[in-house]
Amino acid sequence: MVLLTLMAIITVGIVRIRNLFGVVVLSGIYSFLMASVMIVLDAVDVAMTEASVGAGISTVLMLSVLYLTKSRESVPTSTPLFPVIVAAAAAAMLLFGTLDLPPFGEAATAVHQHVAPHYLAKSMEETGVPNVVTSVLASYRGYDTLGETTVIFTAGIAVLMLLRGRRKSTKPSTDA
Amino acid sequence: MKLDLILRVATKLLCPFILLFALYVQFHGDYGPGGGFQAGVIAAAMVILYAITYGLEPAKRAVPPAIAQAMIPLGVLIFAGTGVATMLLGDNFLAYNALDHHSPVHGQHLGILLVELGVLVTVAGTMVAVFYAFAGRGR
Repeated sequence: MVLLTLMAIITVGIVRIRNLFGVVVLSGIYSFLMASVMIVLDAVDVAMTEASVGAGISTVLMLSVLYLTKSRESVPTSTPLFPVIVAAAAAAMLLFGTLDLPPFGEAATAVHQHVAPHYLAKSMEETGVPNVVTSVLASYRGYDTLGETTVIFTAGIAVLMLLRGRRKSTKPSTDA
Repeated sequence: MKLDLILRVATKLLCPFILLFALYVQFHGDYGPGGGFQAGVIAAAMVILYAITYGLEPAKRAVPPAIAQAMIPLGVLIFAGTGVATMLLGDNFLAYNALDHHSPVHGQHLGILLVELGVLVTVAGTMVAVFYAFAGRGR
C-alpha cells in the first residue's frame, strides 16, 4: 500500500514536471518501486527483470535520447480536454473490468486449476529444475520464449534500421 | 573526455563483477531468480556503464558494434537450433528429453541451458547495439 501510494505520487510528479531529465529519473524510481511491489508479491524473477530493464536499461536509453533532444518539455498549445476524456474513459473501462476479477490470491480460479498444478508438482521430476519459473519459461513454454526472443530480435533490428536509415539519407547535423 | 578519477577506477573495478553477476544470474537461473533475459540485460549494462564512463570509442573497441549486431540473430538461431536439434534427434520441436537418451532430466538441463544462452545472446546484443546506435547519433 505504501509502495502503491509512492508510485501514485511519482506518477503525478512525472505528469507535472517539465524538466525531462527529472522525468527520466522519476520513471526510473517508479520502476524500482514496481520491482519492490513484485518482490512483495513473491515474484522475484519479474522483480529482477523490472529492476534491470525498467530502471536500468530504459533509463539509460532515455537519457541518451535526451542527449539528442531538448531537455525541457514544450508547453502544449491546445487544451488537453480530449486526452483527458480518453484517459478517463479508459480508466473507467479498466475499473469496470476489475469488478469481474476473482478475489486477489484466490487459489480456486481458472488460471490456477489448468496446467499450473502439474507444473508445480512435476517440475522437479520432469526437468530437474527447482525454480519452476525457469522450467516453465524455458521448457514447458519454450515456444512462447522462442517467440519472445524473436520479438526482441525484430524490435532490435527495426530500431537499428530506423536509426541507420535516417543518417544515410540526411547529412549528419549536430542538432538532430 | 576527462572525468572523475574515482568514477573511472570504480567502473574498472566493478565491470568484472557485473559480468560475473550476469553469468551467475544466467547459470543459477535453474535454482534462484534469473535467467537469460536478466543476465543479458546485466551484461549489456556493464558495457553501457563502461561506455558512459570511458566514452563511446573505448567501449566500441572492447565490444565492436559488429559483434553486438551479430549477436542479435545469433541468439535466436541458438534457440531455434536447439529446437531443430531435438527434431533431428527424433522428438518434437524444443522437446529437450531427446538431447540425452539415457536421462530425460539431463536432456532437459542441457536444453534449458542452451535456450537460456540463446536468450542471453540476443538480449545483450540488442541492448548494446541499440545503445551504440543512440549514443553514436549525437556527434
